[in-house]
Amino acid sequence: MTISRLTRYALISLMRVGLAFIYIPLTVVVVNSFNVSRTFSWPPKDFTTQWWSKAIENTGVREALKWSFTAGLAAAGLALVLGTCIAFAVSKYSFFGRETISLLVVLPISLPGIVTGIALNNAFTQDLGISTGMFTIIVGHTTFCIVVVYNNVIARLKRIGGSLQEASMDLGANGITTFRLITLPNIAGALFAGAILAFGLSFDEIVVTTFTAGPGIQTLPIWIYNNLFRPNQAPIVNVVAATLILFSLLPIYLSQKLSGDSNTGGRF
Amino acid sequence: MLKSISTWFHNRPRVRLAALLVAPLFWLVVAYLGALASLLVTAFYTINTFTGNVIRTFNLGNFQELFTNPSYRNVVVRTLGIALSVTIICTLLALPMAFFMAKIAKPRTQKVLVALVLTPLWASYLVKIYAWRTMLEPNSGVIDWLLGPIGIHSPGFGFAGIIIGLSYLWLPYMILPIYAGFERLPNSLLDASGDLGAKNLYTLRRVVLPILFPSIVAGSMFTFSLSLGDYITATIIGGKLQMLGNVVYQNYSLNLPFAATMSMVPIAIMGIYLWAVRRTGALTSL
Repeated sequence: MTISRLTRYALISLMRVGLAFIYIPLTVVVVNSFNVSRTFSWPPKDFTTQWWSKAIENTGVREALKWSFTAGLAAAGLALVLGTCIAFAVSKYSFFGRETISLLVVLPISLPGIVTGIALNNAFTQDLGISTGMFTIIVGHTTFCIVVVYNNVIARLKRIGGSLQEASMDLGANGITTFRLITLPNIAGALFAGAILAFGLSFDEIVVTTFTAGPGIQTLPIWIYNNLFRPNQAPIVNVVAATLILFSLLPIYLSQKLSGDSNTGGRF
Repeated sequence: MLKSISTWFHNRPRVRLAALLVAPLFWLVVAYLGALASLLVTAFYTINTFTGNVIRTFNLGNFQELFTNPSYRNVVVRTLGIALSVTIICTLLALPMAFFMAKIAKPRTQKVLVALVLTPLWASYLVKIYAWRTMLEPNSGVIDWLLGPIGIHSPGFGFAGIIIGLSYLWLPYMILPIYAGFERLPNSLLDASGDLGAKNLYTLRRVVLPILFPSIVAGSMFTFSLSLGDYITATIIGGKLQMLGNVVYQNYSLNLPFAATMSMVPIAIMGIYLWAVRRTGALTSL
């Protein structure tokens, strides 16, 4: 198969249009965080950094960050334990219902968030009589975070196989020593990646949070949502949004840094 | 002491397995599936219109309301239309982009492109929809400013706005599985097809698309399911338009049983969808 010059140019332009489609809205948010106008009239007439200094002093944002970090760390920690347990069980043992478990793990992210949210809200408030709050947020977030840890750990376990552990046991190490010195160092990267992804998912989650948070708790996304339409707060929301975008550029930088591994690339 | 515990467990693989599974299964089966089952039961309850309390007697009133009230039917049809359009738009955009990334770009460019496409996944969901509010604003928005001179105007907040916003949100979820599909597709297959005289379009239709089908289905599960349950996008850039999620959200504090009934719709649709695609191998290419 050969690709004509025309097709090649068409594909390059499509790629550019696609990237423009992805990045123009994000750029607009960052630019608007410096926009003098409170209503973000476009194009900006003048630029200012006053919203940035106001945002840093804003107590609502700080509170929200604290809630988000608490929820994210707790959910990522719980998901790390639960997801790793399932990954070990599924990869090392064969038992009745093994296939069903893999499906069960994926279910919380394949159903819309609103379904998970309302189901948990209904179970907590109607069936169990637990009022919503930090505890229910953590339970909700953990439920859909398990899958990312599970996927990362099981992929790694499949790749390293069982021979290293067997060798360790043959040389006289017991199960605990083998886990500590052989298994754990080998899966540490996957555990780390899974935990980071879980934290990211939890940090960004708004739908499940809306249904499981009580009236007193505002995580960062909930704070953004509540202040989006308040003229006084909108410029500060813009600064928070711009900060989140700038932080999300980190993976690009990291992938550039870590680009040592072989990558085949295209040939046509 | 530790050693004897270790030996005890080593000799009993079933006990080890049980110890690994008891906590996660309690969480996923008892807590999560239990909550879903309870939601299903609640869908058949009603509410006391004066006190707002849930009356726990079994009846089909909510489902009757859902199927006979034309405004709810409209919401369901509209939401399905949006989810379908978003899925089609994302597929059409993702196919050429993923092909370029996997088969044409040089190794260095390829790495940058993958990172560029992945990055928006890390940017906050709300921030992205919020960005589209500024983009779509009629007359003073960025679209009108940028494309107005060549005669393209913003569709404003509404049906088209929601479709654009959701396509924007879920595009990376479609590009990634298709890109992975192209990576797995051997170049020699494309060469063979060309050597045997097939034109590029014919190769695309008879070789590339059938092999990529599971990847497209995997991507569509995200674009479809995520669009189906969304209510925040409709609130921020949908104008007065309502999606299924908005009806669930509005009812959840007023009439929880009816909200439960409404949320059975996305569950049923996704159930049918998963059942229909289970043979394509899409579930393993997620």
